Amino acid sequence: MIGLEIHAQITALNSKLFCSCRGNYRDLGPNTNICEICCGLPGTLPVINQKAIEYSTMTSLALGCKVPDKIMFYRKNYFYPDLPKNFQITQYNVYGFSSIGVDGIYELDDAKQIRISRIQLEEDPGRIAYSEGDMNVRNSALIDYNRAGVALIEIVTEPDFTGPKEVRQFLNKLSLTLEHIGVCDTLLEGSVRCDVNVSVEGGNKVEIKNINSFREVEKAINYEITRQSSLYSRNLKIEHETRHWDDRKKITFKSRSKEEEHDYRYFPEPDIPVIALGIDFVPNLKKRMPELPNQRFERFVSKYKLSEHTSNILINDKKLADFFESTLKVHFSPTEIANFLITDFKSLIEDDGESTDYLKNLKVKPEHIAELVKLIEGNKISRITAKDILVKIFESGMLPSEVMNNTNSYKIADEKTLMDAVQSVFDKEKSAVEDAKTNSEAINFLLGKVMKFTNGRADPKIAMRIINNRLHNPDK
Amino acid sequence: MSNLHDLLAYEVVEGINGGLFTAEAYISSILKRIEDVESKLHSFITLDSEGALSAAKTIDRKIREKEDTGELAGVTVGIKDNISTKDIRTTCASKILEDYVPSYDATVIRHLKENGAIILGKLNLDEFGMGSTTEYSRYQPTRNPWNLDYVPGGSSGGSGAAVAARECTVSLGSDTGGSIRCPASFCSLVGLKPTYGRVSRYGLISYANSLEQIGPICRSVRDLIMMVNIISGKDEMDNTSMSSSPIILNNKLRKLNVAIIKELITGSDHEVTRAIYSGSERFKEIGCTCDEISIKNLHYALPSYYTLASAEASSNLARYDNIRYGFDLPVEEYKWDTYFSKVRENFGEEVKRRILIGSYVLSSGYYSKYYLKARRLRSLLRSELLTLFKKYDLLIGPTMPILPFKFGEKIDDPIKMYLVDINTVIANLAGIPAISIPVGFSNGLPIGLQIMAAPFEEQKLIDASYHLENAINIQRVTNAI
Repeated sequence: MIGLEIHAQITALNSKLFCSCRGNYRDLGPNTNICEICCGLPGTLPVINQKAIEYSTMTSLALGCKVPDKIMFYRKNYFYPDLPKNFQITQYNVYGFSSIGVDGIYELDDAKQIRISRIQLEEDPGRIAYSEGDMNVRNSALIDYNRAGVALIEIVTEPDFTGPKEVRQFLNKLSLTLEHIGVCDTLLEGSVRCDVNVSVEGGNKVEIKNINSFREVEKAINYEITRQSSLYSRNLKIEHETRHWDDRKKITFKSRSKEEEHDYRYFPEPDIPVIALGIDFVPNLKKRMPELPNQRFERFVSKYKLSEHTSNILINDKKLADFFESTLKVHFSPTEIANFLITDFKSLIEDDGESTDYLKNLKVKPEHIAELVKLIEGNKISRITAKDILVKIFESGMLPSEVMNNTNSYKIADEKTLMDAVQSVFDKEKSAVEDAKTNSEAINFLLGKVMKFTNGRADPKIAMRIINNRLHNPDK
Repeated sequence: MSNLHDLLAYEVVEGINGGLFTAEAYISSILKRIEDVESKLHSFITLDSEGALSAAKTIDRKIREKEDTGELAGVTVGIKDNISTKDIRTTCASKILEDYVPSYDATVIRHLKENGAIILGKLNLDEFGMGSTTEYSRYQPTRNPWNLDYVPGGSSGGSGAAVAARECTVSLGSDTGGSIRCPASFCSLVGLKPTYGRVSRYGLISYANSLEQIGPICRSVRDLIMMVNIISGKDEMDNTSMSSSPIILNNKLRKLNVAIIKELITGSDHEVTRAIYSGSERFKEIGCTCDEISIKNLHYALPSYYTLASAEASSNLARYDNIRYGFDLPVEEYKWDTYFSKVRENFGEEVKRRILIGSYVLSSGYYSKYYLKARRLRSLLRSELLTLFKKYDLLIGPTMPILPFKFGEKIDDPIKMYLVDINTVIANLAGIPAISIPVGFSNGLPIGLQIMAAPFEEQKLIDASYHLENAINIQRVTNAI
């Protein structure tokens, strides 16, 4: 059995959860994004960020959770050098009060249901910088509070996963959902973290902490299942313990401290009164709620008549799907544009290497693709030429028509020109011509040669007709 | 005219604005007074004479140039040393904050400065506000200006003694379980704990957030009104603050329904009881009804208070790890956890005791037995009081059940010390306003009467207090120093 505890930063926020420091602390000098409040100076009080409540509510709704009428915050007390107040302001589900989201159901693509126990809004601690080992063996450590107080959404699932594959599916879908709501850019370094509970063969639960990207989660689970199964097969006890994931060595290791014995002494945060969300809050938010991946999928299939396969490829890459819809606004030809994007366009981008925001700095704009598809549909260029033109647009940002004129890439549909081309090929490939009279595969070989001869510009349908004519009526 | 330092706040404002004397002359008189008496009293932890003088000169310049000087022009305010003051060391009378200089002003300090008040310095208290005598200050105890052998009350003992001794015009204290009203009572002053939320707590170094409020300690009701109006108001930096209407000075008290709390009378010393009854006569004289009533849930108040206050304190004080601010203790030769323990040895005994109690009542297995039960008792008491306020405008009784006592008398027995707070914690638990007003003396030791009202009914408290102040012509100035 596997259960997850996911922490996702609300990267969409301009400010931290309880003060006006920047929400985006990345690329800033150490301790430059701090104030009295997020450093926990004596006498300071938290001031709740209303937007954070909205974003966490949207996340709860997207994960099928109930959102209560009233929410409150709790203090989780523990000592740690990166925690400025030595308590964390978080939420807690007890004594009739609940966190922002509770009792959700999230469905995987194969209709398997994962229960969400709760979703809470809380603050991120700062960061400790030390090169190796932990603070008990190092002489000193440095603390950067730039991250302290950044809004986090904690998502806790029931132990409903049976294996790493389901976890991967869940995390992929979750990332996509968070991206669609606009809550969290999961590709940003440190924006998502995951703790995993694993138990095999009815043994003790082992918690793995410190998994700092969704990609590593599957590896950590695989390692842990192997480790525990091997203990079990040798009749050794699986300890109830907390382990950490070492993402360089790709192993889990036992924590030095006895974290599982913590008593967090939760109690209601006296500085933030109970927040009544109001009866209009959730309905209003639902109206403003961005489209979720499932809804988008339905729309792509029904409105654009795309195949489920094509729709899935687009939806699973939100930025590509957005690009697709922008292109439609210029030229409405869903099937043609979708096919072009998920094949030639996507492979070209993937060759380019995956960067976090690959479409942002792209020279190819929706206008380019729209024009290119128009040229294909108007029979002005062949698909092969279109791909070549795309490569050139990628480099130059020129319009397809410009590229086409500069490189003389018009599709050759002229009978005379094509007959000359076929003649040249027939002259060179005499044995293939003989073969082709009885073997259709050899015909395709000849067509390929014609295409190559014309740099891919030949209209393949016309070229094929001419080849067939020449084969069967050699005198004409 | 008597000495300038004897003037009340409204007289100072009138004098300076009317050109009778300069702000600089007034400050000089105050500083001279401090020089004369401070060595006997120990009211101050930090005195900012230079800052005060320079602020006075600014006011004098503004007056010459006919600029607005603000409603508190030239009034010197002593600040309890648990309220953050930018660039002035703020210690909470603790060794753990010995070198801490805040980078920001508490909201109340900002309001005072904007209105021309002069921040004179920081006043002594029991460490982090935990105590009723200033004996728990980690520096030295403050003495009672009415009799130097006696405690001035606490925890805002410095705020009481300094005003009573005319070392400053008025002062700010904070009140978590009586810390403004106790020294006001012991030093024969007017002290108000406002309704929870009336005054912003931003910058008040938390002891027990859900109970405490900042409030003024003054020598007259009129001064108190000026102060309350300046420091009140909704503050976006404090989620628990609320807006309220300003208080006005009513010369005539309308007839109110007053009730004496029986339990508080029977539990008090004889001299105290007599003074309270004689004070209540002043209400009857003008036709107020004056019943005696009983509060059913009163015996839960003290245990509930100490449970909740300690719980919150144990969490609030966790931040003192000496990483970002604090005192001088080099980190070399320590591991993180041993350094942390070493740092926290620096808390005083009473603070350690409350951290321990607080951690205990919050720990799993004890949470519902103690903390949760205390919260339930708190809301029981609050609803009972709110019901009483449907019938009565004011609830009265002694502020302190006993007269001021001598140093060392109760310090060895924490329970004895906690018991003196029995009358005052009620208002903190219920979040209601409460005032202490002088009603007499016994053997030269002051006695205060406490009045409580429904939330945000400060106007009634002040009307009643102003009436008492005029009706009981009490000795204003101590001759003990």
